[in-house]
Amino acid sequence: MDAVTDFLAMGGYAAFVWPCFAITAVVMVALLVQSLAALKSREATLRALQQAEEARPRRRRTPQAAPDSTPDTGAEVAREA
Amino acid sequence: MFNRFANPNRFLRLSRPLVPVMAWATVLLMAAGLYMTFFTAPADYQQGQSVRIMYVHVPSAWMGLFCYVGMAVAAAVGLIWRHSLADLVAKATAPIGAAFTFLSLVTGSLWGKPMWGTYWVWDARLTSMLVLLFLYLGYMALQNAFDDPERGFKASAILVLVGVINVPIIKFSVDWWNTLHQPASVIKAGGPSIHPSMLWPLLVMSLAFTTYYVWVLLLRVHAEIAASKIRALRMRQASA
Amino acid sequence: MRGFLAIVRRDLSLAVRQGMDSVMVVMFFVLACVLFPFGVGPEPNVLARIAAGVIWVAALLAAMLSLERLFQTDYEDGSLELLTLSPLALEVVVLAKIVAHWLTTGLPLIVASPLLAVLMNLDAAGYPYMVLALALGTPSLSLIGGVGAALILGSRRGGVLLSLLVLPLYIPVLIFGVSAVDAAIGGFEAKAQFLVLGGILLAALPLCPWAGAAALRQATE
Repeated sequence: MDAVTDFLAMGGYAAFVWPCFAITAVVMVALLVQSLAALKSREATLRALQQAEEARPRRRRTPQAAPDSTPDTGAEVAREA
Repeated sequence: MFNRFANPNRFLRLSRPLVPVMAWATVLLMAAGLYMTFFTAPADYQQGQSVRIMYVHVPSAWMGLFCYVGMAVAAAVGLIWRHSLADLVAKATAPIGAAFTFLSLVTGSLWGKPMWGTYWVWDARLTSMLVLLFLYLGYMALQNAFDDPERGFKASAILVLVGVINVPIIKFSVDWWNTLHQPASVIKAGGPSIHPSMLWPLLVMSLAFTTYYVWVLLLRVHAEIAASKIRALRMRQASA
Repeated sequence: MRGFLAIVRRDLSLAVRQGMDSVMVVMFFVLACVLFPFGVGPEPNVLARIAAGVIWVAALLAAMLSLERLFQTDYEDGSLELLTLSPLALEVVVLAKIVAHWLTTGLPLIVASPLLAVLMNLDAAGYPYMVLALALGTPSLSLIGGVGAALILGSRRGGVLLSLLVLPLYIPVLIFGVSAVDAAIGGFEAKAQFLVLGGILLAALPLCPWAGAAALRQATE
């Protein structure tokens, strides 16, 4: 038990040594978590957009084939997507 | 438009497998480095146990400088060859370098308290690192100040190149100013005379910090690539 | 050369017509210095000790005041695009605008500095060195600041951003400018400091217009 307390005391420098390692750990982990979260959210957005993109031209081909059809259908399709 | 992403896509394919490799390397090296820091490295005969701060302080400072150089190289490549991936690397490096520089300042002042008796002295090295932090913050602020990301890349690339010419001048003038105002600093760590029992933990920790940098850099570059794809898709949808 | 002078003359006449610009810069310079005795107390010894530093810092900040608009007005009314298309090298255009900026801010600061030296109780032996250091240093401030002014074109929060970019780069000029004056007052040789100040100016003279032109090109692209 003494060995542990001795170790934690850091020869009287505990108040400086441990905060150093704690702050380093906090900053590095926070940067990592933030980077991961940004990556995840952007990839999710990208996937959603790409799915919308794939879904789009297939539906739009109908109004393009018949240019006389009302423009309203196109707007509705966009809203659905 | 797609030509522009051909290159990033290949980069994505090649670098995705690297992410877990770097993650594991960081975890293992960090564990080994911390073990060596606390159990194999000896206490300094003058500074006692407080010398263990060196094993996070010195790698942080090295990485802070290394990231700035890396950012400058990436910015130059982006500017000269109009390589969009290099722009993203420069942008992704900035916050990591700023974090390391910040850490080197905080750990340095926490080390300074028992050694110098005060949290902050205008020591040449601390002052240079402080200026470096401001350079990082200025770079990041300029990067984010434009609505058009392309403008942000180019303007900040020019800024970082101007900065990299200035860094040695600033370092020289701060050293000069410092010797004029006070005697040389107390801590003389990291000299070539360092004992192997202290050098090894330092090297392992530095390696761990480097793999951490590569790991986070890859994550951030991937996020930037995703963001630019999102922008391109939104633009196309808006114009369609 | 003729085109260079034409741009300098145009910017100067614009500054004169809008008036007050140089006057405002000098007023800011004087006011910023005058605040210090209120901050640190009026003891002549204390003031004399910090005089050179205070005058230099105030000069630095004053030189930044009008930087933001160095290219801004030209950028907004489109004349910058005309300048990039003109046969004159863009580097020369940038240098001309920086020279005009120095003539409207740096020069008035130098002229006003002896007055501040009196107010700050600077040792009389330091006056000529103060003026000489400012004469060598303020052109570098305008040159480095010119790059910053070109970089922030079209950005959000231009002014604050500009100070964040430019002030760290001003540190070497500040260090050597102050220590030149301090050394001269202390009776030491100040040649080295003046040589470094001159060296910074000589290095900035070709590099800054070049970097500034690169920044303008990407801004008008």
